[in-house]
Amino acid sequence: MEKTKIIVGLGSCGIAAGANKTYNKLLELKKSGKYKFELGKTSCIGMCYNEPLVEIVDSNGSIIYGNVDESRVENILNKHLLNNELKKDSVVYGNYFEGSDQSFLDDQVKIALRNCGYIDPENIEEAEAKGAYSAIKKIANDKLSQDQVIQEILDSGLRGRGGAGFPTGKKWQFAKMYQSDEKYVICNADEGDPGAFMDRSLLEGDPHTVIEGMLICAYSIAGTSGIIYCRAEYPLAIKRLNIAINQAREKAYLGKNIFGIKDFNFDIYVKEGAGAFVCGEETALIASIEGKRGMPTKRPPFPAESGLWNKPTNINNVETFSNIPWIISNGAKKFASYGTEKSKGTKVFALTGKIKHGGLVEVPMGITVHDIIYKLGGGIQENKKFKAVQLGGPSGGCIPASLDNTIIDYDSVNATGAIMGSGGMVVMDETTCMVDIARFFLSFTVKESCGKCTFCRIGTKRMLEILERICDGEGVDGDIEKLEELSIQIKENSLCGLGQTAPNPVLTTIKYFRNEYEAHIYDKKCPAKVCKKLITYKINEENCTGCTVCAKNCPVNAISGERKQIHFIDQDLCIHCGVCYTKCNFNAIDLL
Amino acid sequence: MRVKRIPNKETPKPDIKENFDLSKLDILIDSLKNKRGNLIPLLQGTQNLFGYLPRAAFERIAEKTDHQLSEMYGVASFYTQFRLNPVGKYIIKVCHGTACHVQNATAITEAIQEELNVEDGKTTSDNLFTLESVACLGCCSLAPVMMINNETYGKLTGKSCVKIIKEIIRKEKELNENIKP
Repeated sequence: MEKTKIIVGLGSCGIAAGANKTYNKLLELKKSGKYKFELGKTSCIGMCYNEPLVEIVDSNGSIIYGNVDESRVENILNKHLLNNELKKDSVVYGNYFEGSDQSFLDDQVKIALRNCGYIDPENIEEAEAKGAYSAIKKIANDKLSQDQVIQEILDSGLRGRGGAGFPTGKKWQFAKMYQSDEKYVICNADEGDPGAFMDRSLLEGDPHTVIEGMLICAYSIAGTSGIIYCRAEYPLAIKRLNIAINQAREKAYLGKNIFGIKDFNFDIYVKEGAGAFVCGEETALIASIEGKRGMPTKRPPFPAESGLWNKPTNINNVETFSNIPWIISNGAKKFASYGTEKSKGTKVFALTGKIKHGGLVEVPMGITVHDIIYKLGGGIQENKKFKAVQLGGPSGGCIPASLDNTIIDYDSVNATGAIMGSGGMVVMDETTCMVDIARFFLSFTVKESCGKCTFCRIGTKRMLEILERICDGEGVDGDIEKLEELSIQIKENSLCGLGQTAPNPVLTTIKYFRNEYEAHIYDKKCPAKVCKKLITYKINEENCTGCTVCAKNCPVNAISGERKQIHFIDQDLCIHCGVCYTKCNFNAIDLL
Repeated sequence: MRVKRIPNKETPKPDIKENFDLSKLDILIDSLKNKRGNLIPLLQGTQNLFGYLPRAAFERIAEKTDHQLSEMYGVASFYTQFRLNPVGKYIIKVCHGTACHVQNATAITEAIQEELNVEDGKTTSDNLFTLESVACLGCCSLAPVMMINNETYGKLTGKSCVKIIKEIIRKEKELNENIKP
């Protein structure tokens, strides 16, 4: 009989949810001798909302249990291993028993994420068993020429997954054109967009695929050395990348005359970022690798002609590289059979915010926003009303619920005023204030603007001041128009993508939620009840027990009332700090 | 904005003796000296050694390499990773990414500020905690999230994060009592 194998998902999110403790508990139980199983590790399968996840594989097949914190481990093992029955209510996915979230994985098409959560990322043998390095070997065995490989990528229709959506094959063609003794292949893993974490998951879950994608690129454009520029905030990704690179070197997949191809010399090293969002922009990223302040420079010359150390350089995003080996192995046609006319293949989205099934999903281009949120995402938390989804982070915009039939592809998303970006999808419900969201993104851009262009440096600051004023109830007639005017100027007068797209969150929220701005400015009300200064706090006389907690905590003594008597808030004294609301244990503070 | 009930007293500057073992820094400088683009790795290595970038380290790097002090300061102040002031034993990074913001990360920062009586970006007077706000830790599906040193905590509430911090303080106290005879 096949040996039972138990696999724990140890991605960053799993670990944050306590997966290490679960793993240690399993280790302890294994040592006790009571149960017989092999213990393994994998990374994130995308079901972050069910972390920690534990998979049990035996002769029957595979079963994934969700929310297995250490206290529940023993119970599940007893049932599954000793009594040979499933703990059915905890099964989230299974291949011989339908779990509670079966459709979450079955409705996806996994290309970039094909191995994430299915292999031990620190084990090259497991990766190879799933096909890692078979595409580059195919290139070597079939003696595909550089142009043939580039043509295949062109035919697949793959576009850059980092945000802008430039055709990858074209980028490679340019990079190949320029002759040089040194040529760089850079993997942009500076995933700074708050709300997106697919690159982290890919690097943590399947680093060999990223390495192979870079190898194929290096072969095609005659690249001589590779750099993965990774955020320092992702220590686990950096650790696993370095392990993977060393394993690849040991197998001679990196080095000199690799894969039997004469003069194919290529090695990769990881460069840790130092925390600057603007370094996701390619010229800024290059400046950062060179040890300078990460400030973008004028293009042309494009990096393909003169990039790192003034040598030809090709930069692609993590997810883009992850798609490459699959395209070579399965053919451009197969890849292009997914998606829409102008956006081929699949895209990974990080579903977060007020959604039931937060996590990573990979879906074919062309799916609607509605299907992602309700079919895969399971709908809105606490069944509240869906209001909008934010796509593309600080460079993107909000797509309102009324446009939820929008098709996800580069052009349709752009038409709404948002951008595809790297695929962060933050779902918002009726309790999210859109003016506050615009203010949040602007405060991010103000902090992250490198300061080179006046309009980006000062213009965004002025916009933020206006938005803060509006949120504080001090908005005046003409503010919306002023925001729109500044937006246009910043877009037109900024050098890089950061400035050119910074106003998008403001413009889209004004476009679709102008009434909320007006409510803040003219009625001095925040409809979502987020902006504290615009909330009136009132005691709910039915719920108030007279416990005096609110009165004791009020910083300005605006609340009066005897013990066991209904309290009262003096509106003239109230400074709208909200302490009474957070401290009350009886739901007795109403927000008006 | 949260209103402080306790009048804002000048927090005394932590009394840190600028006593550094620069020999470790010398090893680092020697290992990176002839590499292109070595400034950021140099500063990262220095921060790993001392927890922040002390002036003495800047001066030593300037002495031993071609980097100018002004250039180093420019780079160090550009990137959020670099700190020019000493930090506490525990660095609390509260995530303020979009997902965390939507799930009310502000309440987490406020709760910690109140519990530790420390401003965002500052260190407590006992040098135990430094409170920071960061852009995104990439654990968005567990929002709101914070990271204390290398440990990530998810699905926080104002109450649960205070509990975690109290637990650390308790352990520290135990540790101190064990050291004393």
